Amino acid sequence: MSFSFIQKILGVPRIRKILGQRLRIVPVVFACLFLWSCEGQSTVEEASKDGILIMGNSGEPKGLDPHIVSGVLESNVIRSLFEGLVEAHPSKDGTALPGVATKWYAVNDKRPDEWVFELRKDAQWSDGKPLTAQDFLFSFRRLLTPALASDYSFMLYYIKDAEFFHKSQRSYLLSRNEANFTREWWSSLKEVDFGPNEQAKEGSFNFIGLDKLNLSQLERLLKEPHLFKWPKDVSGEIRRDLLMKNLNYEKDNRGKLAKEELKDLWELIDFGATAPDKHTLRIKLNSPIPFLPEITKHYTWYPVPMHAVLKHGKIGDRFTDWTKPDNLVCNGAFVLKSWKFNDHIEVARNPLYWDKENVGINGVRFLPITNLYTEDRMYYDEQMHVTYTIASELIEYSRKNYPEHVRSELYLGTYFIRTNVANKPFTDPRVRLAFSLSLNQKSLIDNVLKGGQKPAAGLVPPFGDYPASDAVTFNPDLARKLLAEAGYPGGKGLPDIEFLTTDKESSKMTAEALQAMWKEHLGATIKIKQMEWTSYITAMFEKDYDLAAGGWIGDYMDPLTFLDMWMKDAGNNRTGWHNEEFEGILGEAAQTGDPTERYALLAKAEALFLKERPILPVYWYTRNYLLHPDVKGWNPLLLDNHPYKFLRLEPGSGNKTN
Amino acid sequence: MFRFLIGRLFQGMLVLLALYTITFFLAKAMPGEPFTSEKNVSAETKANIRKLYGLDQPLWKQYFVYPKNIITEGSFGISTSKGRPVGDIILQSFPNSLLLGLCSLAFAIGIGVPIGVLSAVRKNSWVDWTCMAIAMIGICVPSFTIGPLLQIYAAAHIPGLKVAGWGNLQDVLLPAFTLGLVSAAYLARLTRGGILEVLSQDFVRTARAKGVSPTKVILKHTLRGGLLPAVAYLGPAFAALISGSFIVETIFQVPGMGQHFVNAATTRDEFLLLGLSLFFGFLIVVMNLLADLLTGFLDPRVRLAGETE
Amino acid sequence: MTDKMSSIPQGSSLWKDARARMAKNRFAMGGLWVIGIMFSLCFVFAWFCPDPNKINLVNKFASSSEEHWFGTDALGRDLFARILYGGQVSILVGLIATAVSVAIGIVYGAVSGFVGGKTDAFMMRIVDTLLAIPFLVLVIVLQATLSKWSGDATIWIVENFGWDKEFTGRLTNVVPLFFALGLLGWLTLSRIVRAQVMSIKEREFVEAAVALGYGKARILFRHVIPNVLGPTVVYSTLTVPGFIMYEAILSFLGLGVESPNSSWGVLIKEGANFLETEIQLLLLPGLFFSLTLFSLNFLGDGLRDALDVKASKD
Repeated sequence: MSFSFIQKILGVPRIRKILGQRLRIVPVVFACLFLWSCEGQSTVEEASKDGILIMGNSGEPKGLDPHIVSGVLESNVIRSLFEGLVEAHPSKDGTALPGVATKWYAVNDKRPDEWVFELRKDAQWSDGKPLTAQDFLFSFRRLLTPALASDYSFMLYYIKDAEFFHKSQRSYLLSRNEANFTREWWSSLKEVDFGPNEQAKEGSFNFIGLDKLNLSQLERLLKEPHLFKWPKDVSGEIRRDLLMKNLNYEKDNRGKLAKEELKDLWELIDFGATAPDKHTLRIKLNSPIPFLPEITKHYTWYPVPMHAVLKHGKIGDRFTDWTKPDNLVCNGAFVLKSWKFNDHIEVARNPLYWDKENVGINGVRFLPITNLYTEDRMYYDEQMHVTYTIASELIEYSRKNYPEHVRSELYLGTYFIRTNVANKPFTDPRVRLAFSLSLNQKSLIDNVLKGGQKPAAGLVPPFGDYPASDAVTFNPDLARKLLAEAGYPGGKGLPDIEFLTTDKESSKMTAEALQAMWKEHLGATIKIKQMEWTSYITAMFEKDYDLAAGGWIGDYMDPLTFLDMWMKDAGNNRTGWHNEEFEGILGEAAQTGDPTERYALLAKAEALFLKERPILPVYWYTRNYLLHPDVKGWNPLLLDNHPYKFLRLEPGSGNKTN
Repeated sequence: MFRFLIGRLFQGMLVLLALYTITFFLAKAMPGEPFTSEKNVSAETKANIRKLYGLDQPLWKQYFVYPKNIITEGSFGISTSKGRPVGDIILQSFPNSLLLGLCSLAFAIGIGVPIGVLSAVRKNSWVDWTCMAIAMIGICVPSFTIGPLLQIYAAAHIPGLKVAGWGNLQDVLLPAFTLGLVSAAYLARLTRGGILEVLSQDFVRTARAKGVSPTKVILKHTLRGGLLPAVAYLGPAFAALISGSFIVETIFQVPGMGQHFVNAATTRDEFLLLGLSLFFGFLIVVMNLLADLLTGFLDPRVRLAGETE
Repeated sequence: MTDKMSSIPQGSSLWKDARARMAKNRFAMGGLWVIGIMFSLCFVFAWFCPDPNKINLVNKFASSSEEHWFGTDALGRDLFARILYGGQVSILVGLIATAVSVAIGIVYGAVSGFVGGKTDAFMMRIVDTLLAIPFLVLVIVLQATLSKWSGDATIWIVENFGWDKEFTGRLTNVVPLFFALGLLGWLTLSRIVRAQVMSIKEREFVEAAVALGYGKARILFRHVIPNVLGPTVVYSTLTVPGFIMYEAILSFLGLGVESPNSSWGVLIKEGANFLETEIQLLLLPGLFFSLTLFSLNFLGDGLRDALDVKASKD
């Protein structure tokens, strides 16, 4: 790269003179900028006066479409724009306030597997169009549309037939109304590759899955039946039967239609959500769920404006413009005012919101700050009202210098360590127990994490009436005994053990502390493998680890969200552990309507789970963050889903932070 | 002249093509997948989403489809990690990076060159020593130390300077200063060396003997020659600014392109990575061409010499 | 007349002159001393220090004491020992990455400059293209690939040579990083070598060698390269600190050496999180880091001034 032209320019004396003179202006300009920007007020003071809440939000949202995103930070923004059937209570966990629905009830109290939600008659979107039950039906269908490829579709699986539609289980849906269809008949087909099979040879029909083969592929399969590998115990008759059903369906319904006009399997299912009239929503579930209103607080159950979404694309289109600031239509307390990428997102009052008189603030500004330390330093510099978190190194400092600003609240989540039960030595439950018992939770929390976390005495964090477990303790003597019993006295003979963790600072410190504990109490040498996020998730998915740090945050207020992930085919299991008795108890609980009985069954399942200990619970999360005293109405909530409309800003409360 | 342009354009396209090929295969070689999510993503969903992005096509097809989309639709694909068109991301972040880069360069030149000149003129005195020590700070202290230090001790106490953010014009000062410090250090050393070399030459002695005032000697006679090595460094300096900007952007929360580069690599976002690489490559090719054109325009000697090179 | 003849100064060789000039350069000599001290601290004295990885959660952030000269860090580990062991990694990164890039760069640049013409243009275009590639992608891919092999390599080494498993593990953990950096650092060096070679190519002794009928390869390796070695070596002393800094930046991004190994970059990055509370965790490793880089730079400058005949003296 030659900048020789600059040389030439500099060589010309007149130009140098001009530059020299011009350059003198520069410091003057800077000085003016300085003075001009010297405001008397801090950012926070000004914002409080304007009624704008400034919130640190840890990163740039991947989008604002409730059906496409899956993160907490996205949900923070979405919660300000959209409102669901019910609204969270600002201070009481597990309580639902009216949202779009004014009244809701189970049709049969003893067996709550069918619910009715009565919607308010004056509900409208931010562009004035009325909000009806049709919007909800559209939203459910959209989230379950396979082409949309949403991460969170499983949140709707409680609704009858939702899962079949989402997984395009064509064969099942075509067969189930048949005379010869029995549960045994269908369970004999357990090993068939109906859906995509990533283990099969790439491009083969098994790799694609029987339910996903198109017309030409099915016709070819008819002629060359060996192209699809069936399990041995499936008779030729059943094979042919299924094949013909799929073929006929494709011929009748897709056949010569253009790609865009394909009808999907919607007409084959008996979808549980229906709208008897414009303002009533009726939802049939697969099993009784007494806590359905709690689930509807999650943003996957929010309505999206059918007219607006369809204006910019089809129901299954993922990359449309409907969420751009000029186009976004929503129904919540705020509307999208501006979205400056990586800079801030600002939402402002929605004048058409049904409860607008009770909305206490005028807007929210979300700052996507990824660096924790920068966020905290910005807070100290009075640039925001709320931080997303406090870096663990700065917790004590914050407590000392800004005591009324530090909030340390229990969060519905558990940090645990997965063991790979297929790898030695963790095939033996005694070894798993030994590692768990030699984990000094309190020391870790007090000395390394310092965030006021609580040692996890079980898997499910304590809340409400659920009988919390106390099975997890610190007992190094018992741990050593168990390890010796399992054949590794004093840690001798243990194979190489790798501990997989992320590259965050706190993860690293935790991992190193645990490494030291296991060495001290068990004599076991652990190798720490730190990977950046994507590689870490991949390794965990592929079960390429012995021990892996992990955690789980509850999606809704019920112990089931922590327990049903350990079923055999659950996507978030990742340990290889499964237990038929455990699944049996969960199945029983699913059919139980009485809450107390149900909790007792779930506790029983948890106790069994902890006896086997495929994961090592470490602590229950707390959320540590800084909150400015100007913010009123912000109460501790286990799910941290603070409804913004109940907040108020009173400028000048509390002392200045400096 | 025309032939020269065409020749260079052709060369530039070749370079971009090579860049594209290498980056494409490197991105594919990275272990891991772009759609890893902690949630329970079923195999069907994964298959669907790969189809949406065109990632289920055979490799050679993907290789040709990407440039085809650029030419026919002007689309650089959609970022898998951010869900927005890559073109949008580049358009929104480039102006910020440009501003940051130019201000850093201004700091680098504004601090580095005077320090270099000063220490050359007062060689081996305490002035020399302090100036070189200051310059060394830029080389020997990493920016992720200087940045937070500035945040704590400067931003928190000087009104008008924010700890982080990109709202007002003065928010560019601290990040530009941090970023420019490294280049300033190198520039200072190079300027010092260059000026020393020139000062020892005969024509300077002649000027002094003739009675020209010392200041004039420096400004009029030595500066032009002495700045040569510094000016030659400006090219690598530009590259250094781009690569160093990630750290500064994260610390000071600047919505620039540097962090996209790193995030694209860590999230295996190949479309964003390709888009950014091609964009940078394009910038470098264009700037080279412009620089050479200007040189040829200003000085016929250089133009002729350049053609025979 | 005889008196005058005896007072003719003795002849001196290039190296003697260079050494004399170096000795006069206070900064360079000072730099040399500091580096010597660093080396002995990190590689010799370190063996006598307490285990840098021993965690003691009760004794965090201790101030300096008899047992812990610099106190302890966030997990109770001895800070002084960590700094020394970290120094091993950082210094080794600088040296080995430089060695790798010099080895490749010299050969590549010399061949390109010597052969000239279209081959030269082509080779340099390759360098230009490689320079435009996102460095980070290259590092991630290289590191990932090489780390995969490092696991197998450890097993192989332990089986065949019987080295201590933990030590070998740490070694193979860190080595891919060296190579990844080195494989990327040769680009600018090759440019410099090429420029040197092109100017030497025109000199008479090369013409003489050609006239004598020596083969091109022999001329390249026996006559040309030894003459470019001087300036090249000098330049590479300046790349050592560059690589050390690169490693620090990679550590900031989380791509550097893995736990429990640490390097100065990792220590500084961790220390920067404690700016408000325990600033010594940043300042002390930072001091060692900066001192080493300072000294290497001064040393490199001194070498260049000493060896380069054309550089200005007083």
